[in-house]
Order: sequence, then structure tokens, then C-alpha cells
Amino acid sequence: MITLEARNITKSYASHTALDDVSIEVPEQSIFGLLGPNGAGKTTLIRIINMIAVKDAGEIWLNGKPMQPSDAAHIGYLPEERGLYKKMKVGEQAVYLARLKGMSHHDAKTKLRWWFEKFEIGGWWNKKVEELSKGMQQKIQFIVTVLHNPRLLIFDEPFSGFDPINVNLLKTEILRLREEGATVIFSTHNMASVEEICDRITLINQSKNILSGDIHQIKQSFKTHTYQIRYQAPRNLLLPASKFEVVNDMKKGECQEAQIKILTNDTANVLLQQVMQQAEIIGFNELLPSLNDIFISEVGNNNGL
Amino acid sequence: MNKILLIIQREYLTRVRKKSFIIMTIVGPLLMAAMIILPAFLAKWSENTDRKVAVLDETGWFFEKFKNEDHLSFYYVFGDFEKEKEEALSKRGDLLLFIPLPELNVPVSAELYANKQAGLNVTSYIKSVMKQTVENKKLIASGIDPNIIKSSKVDINLVNIKVDEAGIEKKSNTEVEVGLSIFAGLMIYFFIFMFGAQVLKGVIEEKSNRIVEVIISSVKPFQLMMGKIVGIAMVGLTQFLLWIILTLIIVGMVQLFFVGNDMASMQLPEAQAGLLNSATQSESNNPMMIVTDILGSINLPVMAISFILYFLGGYLMYASLFAAIGGAVDNDADTQQFMFPVSIPLIFAVAMSGVIVNQPDSTLAIWMSMVPFTSPITMIMRIPFGVPYWELGLSLLLLVIGFTFTTWMAGKIYKTGILMYGKKITYRTLWTWLTAR
Repeated sequence: MITLEARNITKSYASHTALDDVSIEVPEQSIFGLLGPNGAGKTTLIRIINMIAVKDAGEIWLNGKPMQPSDAAHIGYLPEERGLYKKMKVGEQAVYLARLKGMSHHDAKTKLRWWFEKFEIGGWWNKKVEELSKGMQQKIQFIVTVLHNPRLLIFDEPFSGFDPINVNLLKTEILRLREEGATVIFSTHNMASVEEICDRITLINQSKNILSGDIHQIKQSFKTHTYQIRYQAPRNLLLPASKFEVVNDMKKGECQEAQIKILTNDTANVLLQQVMQQAEIIGFNELLPSLNDIFISEVGNNNGL
Repeated sequence: MNKILLIIQREYLTRVRKKSFIIMTIVGPLLMAAMIILPAFLAKWSENTDRKVAVLDETGWFFEKFKNEDHLSFYYVFGDFEKEKEEALSKRGDLLLFIPLPELNVPVSAELYANKQAGLNVTSYIKSVMKQTVENKKLIASGIDPNIIKSSKVDINLVNIKVDEAGIEKKSNTEVEVGLSIFAGLMIYFFIFMFGAQVLKGVIEEKSNRIVEVIISSVKPFQLMMGKIVGIAMVGLTQFLLWIILTLIIVGMVQLFFVGNDMASMQLPEAQAGLLNSATQSESNNPMMIVTDILGSINLPVMAISFILYFLGGYLMYASLFAAIGGAVDNDADTQQFMFPVSIPLIFAVAMSGVIVNQPDSTLAIWMSMVPFTSPITMIMRIPFGVPYWELGLSLLLLVIGFTFTTWMAGKIYKTGILMYGKKITYRTLWTWLTAR
């Protein structure tokens, strides 16, 4: 079952096309990464899903039905550029924003207390926002985003501006929210975090969808049949150049480490047999391309670099 | 609870709880009350101190001419100037009026010595007595009886009677009407700008700290804009009502505690302000009565209701334009280029106030009170002089149409602009937003 589906979304501004026939599918209870270089159209797509911006063509479906304005109450949105009313008190402001999402005053207060306790920020309730540091403000904003138990969470660059401890805290919370049934859409440049928590991704470049799918399948499809071998031997490996390409082979601490690409259709076993004759194998694994590599090569190809 | 109500509530509460609002609310009535009370109070207070003046008259012209007044008494001394000065000022704490023997034959100068500044009433009394005395002597010297001159003086009491369409005559007095007219016009101008600027500031704040994106993922941009405009309008009305109530309370309390039942003297300065030089001295026509009479000739309930309606209408008209400007620009500096053209009609209306009060029924005045951009100021200025109800109704109707139109326009610009950053906004871009579907 699919929670959110955007079909053939097109959006043009006066001078340029921001989205050109972009479709995404976000399955229920998954974490979805929306990737792309700056200006690719990610924020526009997110705004269209949030019904902040109006699409020129295409459809947004939620749980098999076209999305209604009333669905906004089920969405939690953390924009990239964050802000709160500086002069307002933290607690009061959080209650206000929660009530705009349709929560009752009492519910908002109870749940906020719970979150404040959890993030150990109970003492901030009566502080003005301008008294808090930027990281503190972001925590508040995160709480406000998830407070009304949205079934669909949309985070635009959620980790920017956080220290590593808080990034971890946030990741844990996001994964927990997913466990509790939420579907999460992420937009980010931070490929490491995408690899860590996303299930599916879509890569947008120059207003077009250039790559999407399950993150493991994508990595498989981009694999180069390169393997990493750690071994102990008096000298470097000698392999037939017609079958294997030694990308790298050097001493690393006590042992040697080599990256070898299989050029034919042979399996890894063939490589292992060759190596076993020459050295004692300590470790062996396949090298899958990092998302970062895929991103750079795909966007690069697409832009004709 | 409806979301727009939530927004109105937040806009209202955050502003009403601000220190600046509370200070304005207290200081405003204090100033207004002070304007009403202080002149009367000061006059009363300075009268209350008893002052004695020693008169050293070398000419002998003014002997027994200074009569004792309330709180002001005169006595005559005949010693040496330095000695009498010492005696009067240092020992008795009185004033000394020294009239030296003139070099020519008519004494036209005198010196008044005092430890503290002698009040205006003291100096003006002395001056008038001396003037009178010297004039009389001169008249007698020319063979003219001063009594003839006195009896030939007349005071002209010109009463304006306004005849309305129904033929009912009302006493009217242009000065009071002009005063009220200009005061009301300026108040509307001031209120529209003050609260319009708050709308502008609020929109810019939301846009520049980016909270707007979070909010419009919950509500429509138009709801956010209207919530802000209505919330601030309510702040304005609250302030306005509090000012009136507090001013009345303060004036009432001061009358009660300090002046007692002497109401007429309390009202005197106020009356003078409006009446200027038209007041007559006769008992039956005391200034207090005149003011009450004339205020009766102005339809005060119509004036008060119109004031509130025109404030609201004018505010809605301009606040929505200010909101659009706030939504379109990125920072305070850019607002100036758009603020100015928007404010021109208001400034024009105020600049024309002299013409309007001179000829409240002129074609220009009628047109300006119909065009919604100027009508809030011009119409409120015309009302004290009497405006037919059909004109009032038509003007209000046009105003409603006007602000509906500007609000619709503003909504379109605001909706697009609020999410647009880092773009130089020109009139051309505004036009594309406005005509966008």
C-alpha cells in the first residue's frame, strides 16, 4: 500500500520550469529520500505536496485518494529555512502552531510537556525564542513538526545546524516515528544520512526525475563488480590483466589491502581462487558504490560533464 | 476553533500584552487629560497663591489706582527705592512695583521686582491699570471725557445660524467645527498609519524569519493575512476605546478631587481653544454654554460612529496594501519605494484639509470624500459641518467596495510574494503576480 504518490507533477515559473513531469512513490512506513543538487526543484516539489505552492499539472494521491486541503492536518513539515516568532514564549508558540494544525489546546499542552521532558528542555517553556541558541530553536521546531502525530512527515534538510549528538537524537526519533507508523520524506544533500536511514530515494536534477527506487537495488544496479580484499603476503598480488583490474593495492597497517575489479562475467569465487594461491586472506567484501558516488556520477552525466 | 480566529487571537494578544501598547494606552489619556486639565488647573493654582505688591510710585499718577483683587493686593510705599526694595522683597517676600519719574511728562515704563517670577495675571493686571490711567489722563488733557469713550464701545456678538434641509435652525460656530474636523481627520490619518505600519512590520517579520512557510502549510495565505489585519484592527479599536474611557475617567477624577463643583471654570480653557476670539463677555452667554450649544449642533453620535467606520474602512484599505508590500519585499529598506506611492493619497487628503474646512461642500471636497483612497480622512473632516446621509452612505459603500478590491489585490500579491526570496521586486513583477491565475 502506498501512502503518498505524486504523478507527473509539472510546475513552471515565469522564467523557468521548476518541475518537469516528476513522479514519486512513497510507500507506507518508509523513509524516502528526495535528492538533488541545489535548484533542482526539491523544495518546489515539497511545497506542492504541502499545498503551499500550486502545481500546473499532475496529481497528488494520498492513501489512494486525491489529496484534499483537509489532509494538511496529517502532514508535519519542517522547512529548510527555519524560523519561529522571536518575541513569543516557547511554550505558547508551540501550542499556537499545534492548534493551527488542528489540535485542541489541552492536547497540545499535554503532548508538548511530554516532548519537552523527553528532550530535557522543560525549563524552556517560558523563555522567549530569541533567548535560545539556534540549535535549541531547531529542537523546538522539530517537536512542533511532529507534535500532532502526522502520518506523513516532510523534512527539508533536517540535520543542518545540529551538532552530532543532536543529529543522533533526531535520527533515533525519526526512526522511532517510522516504527510507529509514520511515513517520512527527506530532502537533503547529506548522502551519509540518506544511506543510513532511507529506504527509497528519488534523484531530481534540472527539474526532472533521473533516478528512483529502492536504495539497495539502486546500489546493486550501480555496482562495478569491485571487491576489497585484505590479505597477508610478502608481495603485491599478481593477477591476469585480461580478467581483473587492480584498482589499488597497498599496505595498510599489518596487512595489505587491494581493490580489484572483475572485468569478465566471472564470479567472485574465481577472484578468490586466484588470490588464495598467492596470499592468506583476512577479509573480503564487495565494494558497492556510495550514494555520494552515484549522485555525483548521475548528476554529472545528466549535466553533460 | 476556526484557524483564522486563532491567528486573530495571537495577533491581538501578543500586541496587547506588549509593554509599548500598555505604555501608549496609559500615556495617551494622560496627555489628552493633561491638555484638558492642565491649563485650568494651572490658572487656578497660580490664583491661589496670595501675592502682595508694594508700589513705589514717584509720579504719583497711580495712587489708589491699583485695586485689590482675589489673591492679589497692593499697598503703597514712599521711601527710598533701595531701602523699599530690600524691605519688600527680602523681609516681607512681596513684589515691588517701581514707577520712576519719567524724563518726559508721561510715565510709560515701570519695573516690577520679584523673588519669584511674577505670574502673567499680575503683570497683565498692572499693565492694564497703568494703560488705562495714562490714557484717561491724556484724554482729559485733550478735553475729552473718558466716560464718553467708554460708553461708545460696543461688543459685537455674531451668532452663526445654520439652517438644515428640514428648515431647522441650529446655532453653529465654525471655529469649534474646524477644530473638531481637523482633529478627527488627523486622528484617522495617524491611526491608519500607525496600525498599517504594524501590519507591514508583522508581515515582514514572518517573512524574514521564515515562519510563514510553517504557518501556510496549516492555513491559507489569505487567512494568515486577514487574521493579521483583523487582529491589529482590534488592537486599534481597543486602544481607541481605552483612550476615551481612561481620558474621561482621569478628567472626571481630577474634577472631583481638585476642583470640586467648579465645573464651569474647568471647562473654560477647553472652550477658549475652540472659540478663540469669538467669545463674548456677557453673563448669559458664557463660553461653557456656547460650547455645549454648538456641540449640540454637531451630530455627535453620527460623528463617533462615522469615526469608527472610517477608521476601520480606511485601515482595511491601506493595511491590506501594506500587507502586500510586506509580502513582496525582502527587507525594510525595499519597502520605502512601495510605501511612498501608496501613502500619497493619505498625505494629499491631509494636505488639503485647509481647503476642505474652508469649503466643506465644494466639489473637490465632495469628490475627495467619495474616492475610497481619501474618503476616510476627507469625509470625517466634512461631517462636523453637516453632510447629507445619502452622501455618507454612498461614501461608505464606495469605501467597502474599495477595501474589498484592495484586499483581493493584496491577497494575490501576498500569496506569491510571501514565498519569494532574494528577488528584486519591480512593479512589473507585482503586475505578473496580480494577473496570475
